[in-house]
This record gives sequence, C-alpha cells and structure tokens, in this order.
Amino acid sequence: MIRVALGAASTSTRRLKIIIAALFQRPSSSVGVIIVILFAFLSIFGPALAPYGPNEQIAADARQSPSIKHWFGTDQLGRDVFSRVILGAREVLSLAGLGTLVAVFFGSFIGMLSGYFGGFLDEVIMRLFDSLLALPAMLLALLLLGTLGPSPGGLLIVISVVYTPIVARVVRSVVLRTKTKAFVDAARLQGESLGNILFREIFPSTLPVLAVEASLRFSYAIFLVSSLGFLGVGVQPPSPDWGLMVKESRAFVTQMPWAMYFPAGAIAVVVIGVNLAADGLRKALQDD
Amino acid sequence: MTERNHHPLLEIKDLDVAYRIRGSVRRVLRGVSLRVESGSILGVVGESGSGKTTLALAILRYLPKEGFIQAGEIWFDEHPIHALPLEQMRTIWGKEIAFVPQDPSSSLNPSIKIGEQVAEMLHLHPDDARARVIQLFKTVQLADPEHVANSYPHQLSGGMQQRVLIAMALNLKPKLLVLDEPTSNLDTTTQAAVLKLICDLIRDRGMAAIYVTHNLRLVRQVCDRVAILYAGELLEEGPTQQIFDQPNHPYTRGLLDSIPRLGENKSHMRLRSLEGRIPLSGEPTLGCNYRSRCHLSIEICEQHPALFELSGSRVSRCHRWDEIDRGEIDNRKSSAESIPILRTSKKRLPILGIEDIRVDFPLQRTFEEFIGRKQPRKVQAVGGVKFEILKGQTLGLVGESGSGKTTLARVIVGLQDTAGGTMRFLSSALPSRLNGRSMETLRQLQMVFQNTDEALNPYQTVEEILRRPLQRMLGKNRTAAKRDVLFLLDSVQLSAEYAKRLPSQLSGGERQRVAIARAFASHPTLLIADEPVSSLDASVQAAVLNLLNDMQEKDGTAALFISHDLAVVGYLADVIAVIYRGQLMEVAEAHELFKPPYHPYTEALLSAIPKIEYKNGHAKIQLKGEIPSPLEKLEGCPFHTRCPHRLGEICDQEQPPWRTLASGKRYFCHIDEDGLQKLSQDNYFRDYAELKE
Repeated sequence: MIRVALGAASTSTRRLKIIIAALFQRPSSSVGVIIVILFAFLSIFGPALAPYGPNEQIAADARQSPSIKHWFGTDQLGRDVFSRVILGAREVLSLAGLGTLVAVFFGSFIGMLSGYFGGFLDEVIMRLFDSLLALPAMLLALLLLGTLGPSPGGLLIVISVVYTPIVARVVRSVVLRTKTKAFVDAARLQGESLGNILFREIFPSTLPVLAVEASLRFSYAIFLVSSLGFLGVGVQPPSPDWGLMVKESRAFVTQMPWAMYFPAGAIAVVVIGVNLAADGLRKALQDD
Repeated sequence: MTERNHHPLLEIKDLDVAYRIRGSVRRVLRGVSLRVESGSILGVVGESGSGKTTLALAILRYLPKEGFIQAGEIWFDEHPIHALPLEQMRTIWGKEIAFVPQDPSSSLNPSIKIGEQVAEMLHLHPDDARARVIQLFKTVQLADPEHVANSYPHQLSGGMQQRVLIAMALNLKPKLLVLDEPTSNLDTTTQAAVLKLICDLIRDRGMAAIYVTHNLRLVRQVCDRVAILYAGELLEEGPTQQIFDQPNHPYTRGLLDSIPRLGENKSHMRLRSLEGRIPLSGEPTLGCNYRSRCHLSIEICEQHPALFELSGSRVSRCHRWDEIDRGEIDNRKSSAESIPILRTSKKRLPILGIEDIRVDFPLQRTFEEFIGRKQPRKVQAVGGVKFEILKGQTLGLVGESGSGKTTLARVIVGLQDTAGGTMRFLSSALPSRLNGRSMETLRQLQMVFQNTDEALNPYQTVEEILRRPLQRMLGKNRTAAKRDVLFLLDSVQLSAEYAKRLPSQLSGGERQRVAIARAFASHPTLLIADEPVSSLDASVQAAVLNLLNDMQEKDGTAALFISHDLAVVGYLADVIAVIYRGQLMEVAEAHELFKPPYHPYTEALLSAIPKIEYKNGHAKIQLKGEIPSPLEKLEGCPFHTRCPHRLGEICDQEQPPWRTLASGKRYFCHIDEDGLQKLSQDNYFRDYAELKE
C-alpha cells in the first residue's frame, strides 16, 4: 500500500508525508507519536504551564496527597510534584536527545568509513567497539562519570560514548550490503569522489535504519539519564530530574507514594511512547 | 470424441482471485477458465504481473493469506478445490497434486542431509527409507544417489536440488503436477536435461501437468496446450502447435515475434518489439487490456472483449479475431521496423586487447594456513583469456553461470583486480585498478549492469542519476547538464516527465533504459553490457536490444555483450566468444558460430536451446553431470569431464591447442577440423535458414 502510494509520490517531502501518515495508521504507533509530541511540547512550554516553580516550597502544603490544588500532590519539602514533573521534561529530553544526536553523528561517520573500507581498519574499530559493548552500559556510564564528575556535559559524553558503537555497527551493516550494489559501481565508473560515493550514493540507504536506531537510542538514553539521576551521579539536586525525584522520595514511599510514582510513571510513559513510535517507524519504513 | 458429460482432470471455471491489501481489494485474476486432461501438459505463459503464479497457487489453494478466491470454481477429479476446507486439502497436497517451485533452495532445509529430509517429508518407514530414497533418486537420474543423500543442500548444484524436489513431487504418484518456472534458475545445458526428465516422467506415468513459465521456447518443447495470460486475463488458449504457427491474438504474435531466433543477426533485421508496458494487475480496466500496446486497436476495443471460440478448440480474447483468422488483417506488426541495417565494413582498428587475463579469488584462510603462514588457497575464476575488440564491433561473450563472464567484464572496467595479464585500450596500456585510470579513460569505457533493481540508486531521481556523469565526466555545469538530461531521456525514448521520477516508480524495462542512457551519457568508445536484458520480460527484451543497437550505431560504440542466451548474443554480436570455466573455448564470427564444425561445448549449447520455429524434440546432446566445482583443479581441457567427444587421456592431461580455420573461427580442442566436421551431426543454422524460406 505504502509502496503503491509512494509510486505516486514525486519528492522526498511527499515521501515523508506518507511515512507520517503510515505512522498514524497503526493505533500503537499513533499513541507513541502522540506521547512524544506531548512531552516535546511540555519540555518547550513547561515553564509557562507549570503552576509553581520547580523549587518553590509551600511549607504549609508539604506531604499533601493529590488534590485540585496540587494535581500530583506535594513532596516532603512542600514542592508541587506536578510542576516538577513538567519542568523535569526539558532537562531529560534535551540531554538524551543531544547525546543521541552526537552518538548518531559519530556512529554513522565511523560506521560508514569502517564498512566501506573494510580490511584492517574495520577490524581494529570493530574489535574496539566490541570491547566497549562488552561492558554493561550502566557500568561504563558510572566509570566515565566517576572520572568526569557529575555534570550535564559529562552526561552528554557518557550517552555518546555508550551509544556511538551501537549506531556505528548498525550503519556499517547497511553499508556492507549497499557498497556491493551496481549503482555504487556505476558511480565509481563515473569517477565520483570518495565523499560523493559515501554520502551521495551510500548514506541515503542507511537513513531508514538510522532513523529507527536513533529513536530507539533516544528512549534508552532517557532511561540512562534517569537511572544515573536515581543513583545520584547524574543530574544534581535541586534540579527537578525524574530519576532524582524518585531517589529523593523513595524514603517516604509509604507516607506519600505519589511523590515517587508520578515521576517514575513519567519515565515509563516517555520511554514506552518513544519505543512505540520507533517500532511504528520501523514498520512504516519496512513496508516502504 | 469423449462424451459431453466427460470431466477433465482439472477444470477451472470463471476464476477470480483477489488480494486484500490494507482494506482495498485488488482482483489479479479475472474470469480465467481452463481445462487440463489427464496425460497432457498445459503451459501457462505470462510476463511478470500477469498473475501466472497466483493461478498456480490458487489451484493448490496455497495463496498467501491476503489472497482469496473471489468467484469461480476449480474442479479437480470430482473435488471442488475452491470450496474445500484447508484440512481436506492436506489429503490432496502431495498425493493428488504436487508442486515444484521455482527456487529449489528455499524448499530444502539447509541443516539436514538431503536423504534424511526426503525420507522424513515422505513419511517413509525408517527401515527401508534409505533404499527407497536412493531408488527415488535413481528415477530422476541423479548421478551418484548415495552421495546426494549424504549431502547437505548447499553442497548440491541448483540442477541437482531441482531433481531432488522433482523426485519428491513424483514419489506419491500425484495425478497433477504444478511446475512454477522449475528451470528458470538453471543453466541452459542443465535446463535441457531437467526438462527432458520432467517430460519423460510425466508421459510415462500418464500424469497431467501445469507448466507456468515466461519462456515461450520451453513451452514449445514441452506443452500440449498453451494458455497466454495477460494482466490477469486469459488472452488466448489452444494447442501449442497451432498457437505457435498461427497465433490469433496480437499479443501472442507480438511475444513470439519479439524473441530472436537462433542464428538471427542484427544485420538481417530489427527485432519486432512490443512497446509500452503491462497494466498493473488489479487495476480496473474497461475495454481490452492490451489495446494501449496493440497496433490493431480500433473503436470497438474500448469495450471489454469476450473469449471468442475459434476452430480447433482454440479461444482468443480479441474483438478482431475473425478478421485475423481469415487473414484479412495481419496481426504481425508492419514491416516498417524490419528494414535491414546497413553496417559499414571499413577496416577497423582494435580498441581493446586483453592478453592472458587471469583472476583468482582467494578463499578464507584455514586455521592451518594461518598458523603455517601459508598462502590461502585460490579459486581460479578466469584463466588466461585473450581477445580483441575492434572499433565499433560487438563482441558477444556466452557462457553458463560461474563461467567467469561477469568477472571478466568487471576486470575490463576496473572493478576487479587481476592476478596476471595485460590490457590495452585505445593504443595505451590499461591499468587494472580503477584508481590508476584517468577520467578520460573512464569516460571512454562504460558499463550497463545486469540487475535493474540495483543498477540505479533508489534515493536519486532519474534526473540526478543522469546528470552526474555529465557533470563529472564531461565537465558540464549544472544547468547545461540538466538540459542535456532531457536529450538523453529522449534518446532512450523516455519522455521528459521521467526526469522527476525515482527508480521505484519505473518498470524493469524503463530502469534499464535509464541505465543505458547513463552509460551512453559520456559517449563511450566501448560499452560493457553484462546481461542487460536477462532480468527483463520477454516483451521488453526486444525493445531494449533494439535500443542498445541503435545507441551503438549512432555513436559508433564498440561493445562487449555478455549473456547466457546464445540467441540474444547471436542477434547482437558481430563476433562471439564462448567461455567455459574461465577459459575461452571458441571465437568466431556470429554467423560462423552457428555453422559446423562446432566445438563440442558450443554444439552442446546450441543443441540445448529449444527452437521456437518447430518442435525439435529434446536436445540431441545431453551433457553428462554438472559443471565441475571451481575448487577442482583440472588438468588438460577444462571441458573434458563432460565432453561427449572426449578422445581419451590426451584431453585430461594436455592443454588443447588453439586451431584457426579458414573462416576465421578459432577453437580450443584436441580434435582437428576434419574430425569435428564429421562429429558435428546437426546444422543448427541451416535448420533456421530452411525455415525462413
């Protein structure tokens, strides 16, 4: 169906429109896309929407359960949980998003070169990445943050280092498949430069896989940022970070479960949403 | 004649099959009615998109889950196949109706030995399974059945795998055999042997068969009746002999005429090509489906034609069947296209000379070789090939798969490294590596690739694909290149609107036109064409061959034309070289190749090709066994393991000499001219010439 529809498409923008339309054809992926859009909206307009400031303490209202005044209740210091959840979206999404972009940039660059040239260079890069991937992502992140110190910049480096090898492998596998195709040979016979062969001829073929991989990495990056916040080595207090909020209110979970469950729920919803959208994107591109 | 209430083995009545795709229903077969009698073979012929495979699967009730029988009936031996629950079909599959698929490798489990999986699939009793399997393999003439039973599928060649599947299909003595392109992945010589086997077995056992194919030559050899499918409809059906001699429907005539006859050459005539493309199946059409491509279409063709009954139990779906039948109008396209081409025969200079070219593919080093720092073992793909191409000349290179012809093409354009030998191009040495070649050399030497799906970048528009070589090799600026793209499109008979399209929006033939335009963009002196038409439908092949020929004539371009199809090579080439296991066997002028004396391998090839003009029974020369694995190192003549005229030890041990005849024919054989003259039993070229008169 999509292939037929694409048959009528004349430009890549039409193509994009068709893929977006296909995303909304499946209930699961439309839910995912809506969640992603909602959280993107919150992270941009959060400050305008939040009824209270992130660290605004209303001592009189401390430890209140959800009510009309405080939709998600308040924490032990009397901060409005609803406002903190909304305001926390920006930091988590921008850190995870930026980190993913950096990983995608370096990953696809290294993957392209490694896959196209092959041989000794490829062997060395891939073995290096294998050894990086052999360490659990969390361990690697803790090791790096231990040396870099807990800062937003440090988190960014952690996300890129952890995900660059994964993106590189995915891109490399597409390049390996594409570089033997006749259209690449034809470009070489036309005397095209290396840059043109890599980026004009081969790179577009990696885009569908890269788009899916990037969105999956994004969801894992959100998870990673929150986990590191929870462990206390990520975003530092008093930032309204979801992982940090869970950590801080964990001690009081019996008295005021809302203060923990709402931020934890936000993490779950966003990760599931991005995953659903990524899955929908994969299916839409596969049909294409 | 049989009585009126006689039931044929298989009867299909007004069958409609549709696919449900995302809510919409596409009808891909419309009102197909066919009958198959016991003991006969029906050929179902159609291009891709004609619905022929859907028909085969519908008969088996094995349609993919989106497909369903929308209307109509299929009666098989009193069973209403169209209405049976799938549970009941299980008792019919295998026992009553058996299926041989196109790709044998996907039907065999790669991790189980052939003997075991055949025994298991046939539910043989473990005690005598082995003996039964061996016996079964003997019936399909598998050489060394013990060895086959002990092998894994990947260790067998395509021809052997196909024999195993045929053995399995025949085991339960089904009444009907459905064959979906069973030989189209096989080499010509293997195809001939497998085809003969199928026919003999079917006739011996009084079975019926449906033979689905796009290859009209094979239908001519094998089938009693033939049905022509086009865009989901039956266009013509009748006895093979009559349909081939006097086709009624203009499409059938067009198909038959577009196939080059063995020995026909471009110097005699242009190919009569069918223009246009097959309508997308499932598109609702009013009127005759073929009218947009038909040279006889008139006003009435806007209405949908019925199936008209002709004499001799034939049907044709053409409004003008009567006029055609009585000979009042000619369904053959006007002869305007068959004007002979005048070719200048000036003294030509050689532009490409290759000498003693060798190519090795190293194998993955074994652990022992790695430890011992030994050189990895090598497979020789091309072993010492030498030839010359003159200015404006077309050299045809014929060989079966694995003979090294594509490797040789890649060597010449610089995509493949050599292990030895030298090349000269336009009177200077040609470096084997692409990096060592100048832009001017690249400009002069272009290539058209085999697989039309992969030859064009799916993410670039036609304009971009054609613009790049103009900018890169001719140094034009973007605006000038953009304008010239339109001229290029025009030269390959595509309209300007194609510039904006992506390759996925083009048909196979259109894609190949764009690929040809790209190769000719830089006005090359030499074009390497690697099987440029073998992935295309029969009706499109002729048009693409004519186009290639026209483009070559216009620019005076020489060509190396590679194909496994001797008739196609014979048509386009001035000189033909035959290659076997990486070595040339014979080099001769195109018309000389079809005249005796024949090199034994060439003769086997010629004999294996079914002739479309008449039913010539089966290949007179059946080659023994398979092409030896490239890992096997052979001394002496590479063809000695299969040669029907092997002299004896001399062939196994000594390299044969190159012999040159007075006609200019050069061949590689221990048998001298007189000997070959006596051995060449048949004159394939004369057969054709006689028929023409």
